[in-house]
Amino acid sequence: MYNNIVDIQNLKIYFQIRQGFVEEVIKREKKIVKAVDNIDLSIKKGEILSLVGESGSGKTTTGRAILQLAKKTDGKILFDGDEINRKDKKYMHTFRERAQMIFQDPYQSLNPKFMVIDIVAEPLQLMKIKISQEEKIKKVIKALEFAGLKPGKDYLYRYPHELSGGQRQRVSIATCFIVSPDFIVADEPVSMLDASVRADILKLFVSMKEQKDTSFLFITHDLALAWLISDRIAIMYLGKIMEMGSADLIAGSCLHPYSQALTSVLAVVGDKRKKKRIVLEGETPSPMNIPKGCRFHTRCPICQKKCKQSEPELKEISSGHFVACHFPQKIN
Amino acid sequence: MKNGNILEVKNLKTYFKIKQGIVKAVDDVSFELKKGESIGLVGESGCGKTTTALSIIRLLSDNGYIESGKIIFDDVNLAAMTEDEILNYRWNDISMIFQGAMNALNPVMRVSDQIIEAIQLHESISREEARKRVTELFELVKINPNLMDSYPHEFSGGMRQRAIIAMALACNPALIIGDEPTTALDVMVQAQIIDLINDLRKKLKMSMIMITHDLSIITETCDKIAVMYAGKIAEIGNVDDIVFNYQHPYTEKLIKAFPNIYGERQMVESIPGTPPNLLNPPKGCRFADRCHKKIGEICDNVDPSLVSIDGSNHMVACHLKEGLRNV
Ligand SMILES: Nc1ncnc2c1ncn2[C@@H]1O[C@H](COP(=O)(O)OP(=O)(O)OP(=O)(O)O)[C@@H](O)[C@H]1O
Ligand SMILES: Nc1ncnc2c1ncn2[C@@H]1O[C@H](COP(=O)(O)OP(=O)(O)OP(=O)(O)O)[C@@H](O)[C@H]1O
Ligand code: SF4
Ligand SMILES: [Mg+2]
Ligand SMILES: [Mg+2]
Repeated sequence: MYNNIVDIQNLKIYFQIRQGFVEEVIKREKKIVKAVDNIDLSIKKGEILSLVGESGSGKTTTGRAILQLAKKTDGKILFDGDEINRKDKKYMHTFRERAQMIFQDPYQSLNPKFMVIDIVAEPLQLMKIKISQEEKIKKVIKALEFAGLKPGKDYLYRYPHELSGGQRQRVSIATCFIVSPDFIVADEPVSMLDASVRADILKLFVSMKEQKDTSFLFITHDLALAWLISDRIAIMYLGKIMEMGSADLIAGSCLHPYSQALTSVLAVVGDKRKKKRIVLEGETPSPMNIPKGCRFHTRCPICQKKCKQSEPELKEISSGHFVACHFPQKIN
Repeated sequence: MKNGNILEVKNLKTYFKIKQGIVKAVDDVSFELKKGESIGLVGESGCGKTTTALSIIRLLSDNGYIESGKIIFDDVNLAAMTEDEILNYRWNDISMIFQGAMNALNPVMRVSDQIIEAIQLHESISREEARKRVTELFELVKINPNLMDSYPHEFSGGMRQRAIIAMALACNPALIIGDEPTTALDVMVQAQIIDLINDLRKKLKMSMIMITHDLSIITETCDKIAVMYAGKIAEIGNVDDIVFNYQHPYTEKLIKAFPNIYGERQMVESIPGTPPNLLNPPKGCRFADRCHKKIGEICDNVDPSLVSIDGSNHMVACHLKEGLRNV
């Protein structure tokens, strides 16, 4: 049996941006957004891997690419050891059943004209799984309750606009669970939830992993949540992975200056052992204009000459710990 | 005020009239704020944080009204003022950063003009003077003043939030209310804004009410915390009292819902159930049916009042405490 559910090799996803007539036709200028810029990543079976990074760093695009919802510019994506063959209908059918996505924005991803029962049952329809209406209701209720909407029958005939943000997010979680997938891309699945209720969803992921060996790509901007539930964490900045390693390693002893800044500004409640904050100045550059050399150099507190000239590769500096920095070191 | 307080909210009740009845959004809330001090209002969505703030600056929507209570600011009761009278206070003395305001800037108007307009609405100064003020404000919130004539979409999220803060500071308020001013910003931008707010408060000696559902933000910016639950204050005190010596079961649950990356990796806990319907709140403790430490009937039947712990300003509304006291 193959060990990894997903392998990404040298993945690049570029978008061409539409511009005004003058720029496009007369000046022949092309604006390219390098949303994902050459990443390598593997997700083991029964593993939760978190992709953490700020807005626009390319997390969603990476997740969508794995599920064949974004076109790749270059690179390879393997699923359970095989390259995904989009042209093979039968293969794609099983693939769609085995790999699911919980979408980032429950306001946009739920069809406003459908009732909850039809939204949650949609994957069954798409996969042409034939069941009776009775069975369908039973399955949907089970999925809803699994996602924490109890009692499930109270939600069956509601429309998305009759639900709160958190409830919508749970509906989209139920939708993905109804077919018991092997792999789930969970894109900010708890960002709309109050802290007091998000633990339920996180526990659900962990128990699926433990009981059903489900693998997850957990996308979040919240490093603390990533640390809480994942086996490994990858930190992304401007389309590239800056550091990757076990969750505890990233939270406690990361070596990339960007990861260290991110962990240092995490606010915690009820602990005085706070590190010195490293607050980066300025703004993240535009992905249309990625700095030369190390793409983080414009904001790096320990930047040196070499950083402006050559781009560091993601190197394994100790077993399972990858860092893309010329001078990986503890900053204090 | 003689006692050094800039604000005293006393037994505030703010209700909303809707078709189905009356929503008791804020139901007997009291707290004090000393000059230069900052207090954080924290609690789950819908617990009445924004409504408390809007009551103070008297910007409730048409169906909302202050049922009773006092809001004493600088020795006058804002709650009893007419709309004309309150105009002298709003923005000049008390200003507010509204929830989601950075996304509500007028997209077809230059940022500078939006701030100038706000200033001229409240002070009779020339456009030129107002423009000069905007330059200073931009420097204060650390945006290059050369960019002040940009349109909102030309600003990043962080810059827009800085511009909103600049606007709130425009008339030199003594008290500023921030309603979720860092929510929806990236962590690094959030850290920058927190630094900015802390820095400005020191420089301008401003008092602040910080509203957020994120307890960790409050511990970084405030002196005191008021934990709100279903329209009431469950517990209030200095940040350390609340965080390290919480007494209310709800505060305990709220704190445990946040991961601590410096501690053991331990799953966060959630609070089962949902807050009560404020159209018809329970007659006893509002937290009773979610409480893991419920004592018994008294919790269902008697609304616990806020009592001080050892005579300090740390106060809690829970029968567990009252019970202990009576033993
Ligand atoms: N279809 C598209 N066309 C053009 N640009 C795109 C498209 N999709 C994404 N981008 C751009 O690619 C970059 C990465 O976007 P992506 O949505 O992957 O980021 P993200 O890390 O998920 O951010 P967030 O935390 O805000 O969700 C952004 O600059 C975005 O504007
Ligand atoms: N105009 C209104 N009419 C009727 N009910 C309202 C109105 N505004 C607020 N409410 C209700 O009053 C209660 C308190 O709302 P408020 O906006 O103060 O909560 P909040 O603590 O700020 O929540 P959030 O964290 O979601 O912003 C809620 O139950 C809400 O539904
Ligand atoms: S009063 Fe009773 S129900 Fe309410 S929080 Fe205290 S112990 Fe729990
Ligand atoms: Mg995204
Ligand atoms: Mg609010």
